[in-house]
Amino acid sequence: MSQSVQVAGLYVRDQDEALAFYTEKLGFRVHTDVRNGDYRWLTVQHPDQPSFQLGLFTPGPPVHDAATAQSLQAIVAKGGMPPLILAVDDCRAAYERMRAKGVEFTQEPIERYGKVDAGFRDPSGNGWKLIQARKSN
Amino acid sequence: MSEGLASQDPRLLRRLLRAKDRMDAASHEDWPVQRLARVSHVSEAHFARSFKEAFGVPPHRYLLTRRIEQATALLRDTDLPISEIALRTGWQSLGTFGRIFRDITGQNPGAVRSRARAAAHGIGSVPNCILSAAERPDLRTAVSEKRKRQRHGINRAQPKEIKHEPKRTSSRTIRARPG
Repeated sequence: MSQSVQVAGLYVRDQDEALAFYTEKLGFRVHTDVRNGDYRWLTVQHPDQPSFQLGLFTPGPPVHDAATAQSLQAIVAKGGMPPLILAVDDCRAAYERMRAKGVEFTQEPIERYGKVDAGFRDPSGNGWKLIQARKSN
Repeated sequence: MSEGLASQDPRLLRRLLRAKDRMDAASHEDWPVQRLARVSHVSEAHFARSFKEAFGVPPHRYLLTRRIEQATALLRDTDLPISEIALRTGWQSLGTFGRIFRDITGQNPGAVRSRARAAAHGIGSVPNCILSAAERPDLRTAVSEKRKRQRHGINRAQPKEIKHEPKRTSSRTIRARPG
C-alpha cells in the first residue's frame, strides 16, 4: 500500500488566463478539463512529474457563496495564499526563459548557501519560488 | 478594515500587490508615493489609502518593516559593520537606523546580532525567503507614535502585542525615510 498527493489546487481569478500561463509560460500541459454547468474542473501537469496534478480552480458556486468567493479572490490577489515552489535544475536559465515569455518576476535569482532561488507570480497573484537545489556531490 | 476584504476589486488588489512586491525586491530604495502609485496604476491620492485597506499598514510603514527584516538578516548572516548594514538597507544615518530598529524590535542591532547567532541552529531546511517572512516584524503602530508612548511611559508592549491601530490625525506623505 502506498499514498501520494495526486492533486493540489490553486485559486485563480480566471481559468483560461491561468491555463494559458501555466501551459505556455511554465511548460505544464492540460491533464483534465471538464465542465459541469458553470463549474470547471481544470488540472495541469508538468511533463517531468506525471504523478501530480496542479488544479487551477476559480472560487465560486457551487462550492462558495458570492461573498466567500469574493473574499477568496481578494486574498489571492493580495498574495495571501501559501508559498509554492517549483524545483529547477538551473534557476538562472529558467529565469531568463520565463522572463522572456513575460512572467512577472518578484525577485531575480539570488545565490544563498549554495542554492539559487528566484520569485515570480502568476497572473492571479499566487507566489512561486523557483529553487535550484544545491549541487549534491 | 475587515469590510475591505470584500469591497476592494481583486484587479486593484493585484496591482497593489505589485507595488508591495516592488518594495520587497528593493526596500533599500526610495519609494515615494508617486512611484508606488505608478506601479499600481492608481492615482497618488488613492494609493496610500487603498494600500492600507488592502494590507493593513500604510506603505511607508510596510517599507520600514522590510528594511528592518533585511537588516536583521544581514546582522545574522554577515559580519558587515552595523553602519554598513544601515546604508545597505536604505538609511542614510546610523542614528536613525538604530533608533527605528530599537523602536520596532525593542532591541539594539548589536544585541539582535548576538542573539540571532546563538539561536541559529536547525533552521537550514526552511527556504530563506519563507524564513525571513516569518521573522518579519509586525509593525502595527507608527514608529513615531510608539516613541511618543514610550517617552510618556505608557506602553512598553512588544510590537506584536499591540492590538489596535491608533487613529491617524495627519496625512503624511509616503516616502522612503531618508534617515
